[in-house]
Formats: sequence, structure tokens, C-alpha cells
Amino acid sequence: MSAKPKVAFFEFTSCEGCQLTVVDSLQDHPELLDTVEIVQFREAMSEKGEDYAIAFIEGSCSRPSDEPKLQAIRQQAAIVVALGACAHLGGVNAIRNRMPLQEVREYVYGDRAEWFETYEPRPIKDVIKVDAVIPGCPIDRREFIKAVTHLLQGRMPFIPDQPLCMECKLKENICVYTRGKVCLGPITLAGCDAICPTYGDGCEGCRGLIANPNIEAMRQVMHEHGLTDEAIDAKLSMFLTNQIMALEEAG
Amino acid sequence: MTTKSLKVDVHHLTRVEGHGNIVVDVQNGELKQCELQIVETPRFFEAMLRGRPYSDSSHITSRICGICAVGHATASLRATEKALGVQPSEQTVLLRKLNFHGEILDSHILHAYMLVAPDFLGVGSVIPLAKSAPEVVLRALRMKKLAGDLCKAISGRHTHPIAMTVGGFTHFPTSEELAALRERLVAMRADVDTTVELFSTLPIPDFSRDTEYIALHKPDEYCFIDGVIASTDGGTWPTEDYRRVTNETIVPHSSAKHTANQRESYMVGALARFNVNYDQLHPRAKAAAATLGLKPKNTNPYMNTVAQVVEIVHCVEDAIRLIDQLLARGVVWEEPAPPTRLSGEGVGACDVPRGTLFHNYVIEDGKVIGANCIIPTGQNLANIEADMRKLVPEILDRTQEQITRALEMLVRAYDPCISCSTHLLNVQFV
Ligand code: SF4
Ligand code: SF4
Ligand code: SF4
Repeated sequence: MSAKPKVAFFEFTSCEGCQLTVVDSLQDHPELLDTVEIVQFREAMSEKGEDYAIAFIEGSCSRPSDEPKLQAIRQQAAIVVALGACAHLGGVNAIRNRMPLQEVREYVYGDRAEWFETYEPRPIKDVIKVDAVIPGCPIDRREFIKAVTHLLQGRMPFIPDQPLCMECKLKENICVYTRGKVCLGPITLAGCDAICPTYGDGCEGCRGLIANPNIEAMRQVMHEHGLTDEAIDAKLSMFLTNQIMALEEAG
Repeated sequence: MTTKSLKVDVHHLTRVEGHGNIVVDVQNGELKQCELQIVETPRFFEAMLRGRPYSDSSHITSRICGICAVGHATASLRATEKALGVQPSEQTVLLRKLNFHGEILDSHILHAYMLVAPDFLGVGSVIPLAKSAPEVVLRALRMKKLAGDLCKAISGRHTHPIAMTVGGFTHFPTSEELAALRERLVAMRADVDTTVELFSTLPIPDFSRDTEYIALHKPDEYCFIDGVIASTDGGTWPTEDYRRVTNETIVPHSSAKHTANQRESYMVGALARFNVNYDQLHPRAKAAAATLGLKPKNTNPYMNTVAQVVEIVHCVEDAIRLIDQLLARGVVWEEPAPPTRLSGEGVGACDVPRGTLFHNYVIEDGKVIGANCIIPTGQNLANIEADMRKLVPEILDRTQEQITRALEMLVRAYDPCISCSTHLLNVQFV
């Protein structure tokens, strides 16, 4: 009973959708509350404890003053889990990383551009060591439950590295390319049950890139489907800006 | 006359979405400072939309807020559709309304049960409540699950809907799915009735401050999507004129701007909608309002949660009606309605769980070149502070702890969504 692992949730720059998905997971798995002790979850509770072993971090780091907070969490927690695309990849927040920072600030805050602290949004792993990732925007409920179960068993959550197309084929979806739409399935990590193609939309890549993505071939396919270079760049930057920029840098 | 001195400093208010601080400073009985500070990181969504294909906007802006993602997506789609002359079909309109009800239910149940009720039941969160009053928590989870399933059937997922697109949908629920949801909604009435009973027993603080209440309005329905902007102080404005109503100004202690219309501040949200649109409520919702002691025009901001409960009743009934209508006409697979032009400007307005939301886009050759989003919490901030300025002197005889709690409960009653209240100003459309 006293051996229940203490768990805390934190959020940085995010929409809190991943934490809401955690709350929703409890709809199907209320027994989860008996297996862990939640000591911090600002969105859902007022109690606050600083003694925790597992930290789930939602959101990207988008200002220097977030860094010491992340470091403090890292010092306390034995295990740090990045929760969702914002924490894993920088999320949609990173769309602006290809734009001049000053222009972005001025567009939104005009002559008060300097009032609010910000820099290029980055994944949590660029600031502190991250032990595990639960990808997606938002995270997948079943995957979250599975990850918690693994952590309780003393294992690290495992995210298989295979492209979304494999999962999509298993679902017997009609490929959205045959309906004149584009999809990032060939280069995106599976695990969401190919939910977007299943609902008739192309994958936006929210779970991040597979290990050796062939970006050039992907661009070629989208090109053949009538997308301009600009439109292809837009597709590849909804969730993947930081990953693609890192690949470009690596050459 | 009290000569009390008091400092309240709630750093990172809990059980709200996003980061906010409450700062109150009373010196010798005089209120020196009274602020709700928004300390969330700026998000820059407007800048991120620029230069991208119009079809991306709803997917990106749904990520402004995980809790009203359907609301942002809908407002975004309406702004784009108005800019590009898209006329959605009747079926699309019905499905969007149904999806929207799912989100209102999900958000209101979360707020009323999990964020607000613990204050009244003397616990710090819903977690100890799961032990002391499991039936309350299980009821909330049960109701919330149905709301989420409703959204899932229509748009694939509640937070960050997939199947909603400019001009229509990319996926359609089957009649069987809709009929099954209808049956569950009917069965949910028992839980809804128990919810009304529960909230009619909670000791809502006695406080009142008359203000201007603003909501979207239509004469023939309780309005959540489109309509005109209407005020309890009189006057209506087309949604295109939203800037004349919101009049945003920037304040240094908050990364979100303040707004004011005909008075120094106004309120949006469930209570404002109730005050503006009482006549259009479903009869069962009106009966619930009577049970809950809520009549228009109510000027107690703490009653916002009660107005949410009334809307829960309304949305369940109206969702049943919408499903009946969809089943009677049959859901057919249809292609989204196409744009009639690729350049233009449009304003999309929706009354999301926390109040009126505006998205305004300028599109040129299919690309977004200007964007402005005004979210409900931003509009409420000035009003929350005005409430705090009236409330603090009225309760100065209480202990510091009691005063802090009363202020936290006040802010929480507005159901602020601070995650997305980080925005913008002086958006220049090129
Ligand atoms: S990953 Fe997506 S759902 Fe999760 S916090 Fe970020 S934007 Fe929200
Ligand atoms: S729809 Fe997308 S994920 Fe599915 S097969 Fe086609 S490209 Fe792959
Ligand atoms: S299909 Fe793609 S965009 Fe959709 S949830 Fe899966 S990984 Fe994310």
C-alpha cells in the first residue's frame, strides 16, 4: 500500500489536451487511481507534493525561465516521461521556429513585443534527460494506460518503430492518396491506430518521424499529388519542424 | 470601517486550465492592488497561421486549447468559409451542432464536477472525492464519457477533432451509431437530474455585481454557432463587428489583453448566455433553472457553474432532438462544399463553453495572410478583476485563508482557460 509510486504532472507550453486525455483515461480505468499516488496535477487538484518518483511533463519549453523548473523536476524524479507531441517534438508550437523570432513577436504583440519572454519552442529532451516518451497530439489513451502499466512493472514504455502505413493497412483503410489527399503515413511513427486516415484525413505526423525517414521520397510523392513546395513545407512543419530542421543540419 | 491589511498571493491557481496568479494587496483597509495575472507563455498562434494553406487553420488552432478544441476548430472553419464563400450543407450544420453539444457537455461536466464541486465538498480535488463520494465521481466520469463518445462518433476524437474540414466532414457517423448514442443520451437524463439536485444543494456564495453580459444570439435557437453578438445592456452587432465590442487593450500584468464594451468590463460564458438567451432554452432546461434558483438576469458570477448545469440539461435534450432530425433525414456521405473564391476575409464566431470566441482570417490565393483570435477568457479578465475589487472589501472581516478561498472560487467559477488566453494585439492585416 505504502509502496504506491508517487506521480506528478507538469505542464509547460501546451494546450493541456494531453492532461485532459489522462483525465479521460480514468473514465475507462478508474482503478488506475488505486495503483499510483498522484501528488501534483495542477489542472485537476489543489493538493501539491514535491515528493514524486515519476514526472509526466506536457508541453514544450518555450522560454529560458522554464529551464530551471525543468531541471528541478529532473533532480527530483527518478523517471521523466515526455507526454505528447509538445514535450516530445516541440509540437505545433515549433511551427514558428522557421520564422524570424522578432517578426513573430511583433506580429502578435506589436510595439510591446519585448514584454513577454519567449524563445524557439523545443522538446523537453533538449533541456533535460527524458527517460520515456508517449507520443501524439493528443496522446493515445490506450498507450498512456499501457505506459503506466509498464512503469508500474518497472519497465520503460516501449514505442514500436514502424511507419503508420502498416497500421493503416491492417485497418483496411482506403489510402487517402487514392482520394486526392496527402498523408505523412509513410514517414510517421505508428501507434495511434491510424486514426486520422480512418476518419478520412491525412496523417499530419503528430507522433514524429520513424527512425530512417526518406523525406525526399515523401516530398516526391506529395509533389506528384499536386502539392507545391510551399504546401509540402507546410505539411512537414505542422508537427515535424524541429525534427526536419535537425535532419537538415545533420545533412 | 476596517483598517485591516492583507496580502493574497496565489501563485499558479489550481483546478483551472493554464497558469494564473491572483494578487491582492490591502493596506489599512484600502485596496491597493487587485489583479488576476496571466503568466502563461505566449503562444503566437496568429503568427503561426500566416503563410499556410487555409485548410491547415482548423487543425492548428484546435491546439490552442485541449478542452474547447471543437469550438476553436468550428470558429476557424466558419471564418475560412465566410472568407472563401463556402456554403456548408444542412447536414454539415446539424453535425457541427451535435459535435458542439458533445464538447459543451464534456467541458461543463469536467468543470462543474471535477474543478468546482471539490470546493463545496471540502476537498482539494476530485481524487479524495473518489474515496468519500465515489458515486459522484463515477457519475461525472460516466456523463463525460458519453460526451466524449458523441464527439468521437462525429469527428474522430474530442480533443483535436479529425473529421471536421472546410465545407463539411471527411467521415460520417452511421445511423446505428447515432441511434445508440440517442439511447445513451435518453438514459443519461437520470444522471442529469441527479446533477441538478446536487448543485441545487451547494451553498453558492452570496455575491452580486451587475455587469454587461454578452453572448451570441439567434431568435430561434439557444445559440452556440454563428448568430449576432447581443448584450443585456441592449444592442446587437453582426459578428463581423467583433472589434467594436471587444475593444482590446493591453495591461502589463497579463499576457492576455483586456476588453470592454459599453461599461468598464463585460462577462461572457454560461451565465452570460443564460442571461441573454433564456427564452431559447429547452423547457427541461428552464425547469432545471427554476429548481436551481437561477433566473435571468442573474448577477452573481459564482452562479456561472449553475448556469453550466442548466446548459448540460439543454445540450442533452437538444442533442437528442438533433439526432432525431439526422436519423429522419438519413446521414449521407457528401463531399465538403467547395470554396467559391480563394481570397477574402471572414469572421467565425462560436459560443464555446467559456463564452464567445472569434476567429478572423484574411486569406489570399488560398493562403492565410492575417489572423486574429479573441478567446472568451481574455474577454472575462477585466470583469473578473472588477468582481474581485467589489468582493474584497465585502469580505475583509474574514480570515486571510477564507478570503483567498473566496477569490480562488470566484476565478474558478468563470472556468478560465488560461492556456489559450495568451494572445495578441494590434494585429495588422497587410
Ligand atoms: S501534444 Fe497536442 S494535445 Fe498534447 S498538449 Fe500539446 S497541443 Fe495539446
Ligand atoms: S492513408 Fe496514409 S497511412 Fe494510410 S496507407 Fe495511405 S499514406 Fe499510409
Ligand atoms: S494519424 Fe498521424 S496525425 Fe493522426 S494521430 Fe496518428 S500520427 Fe497523429
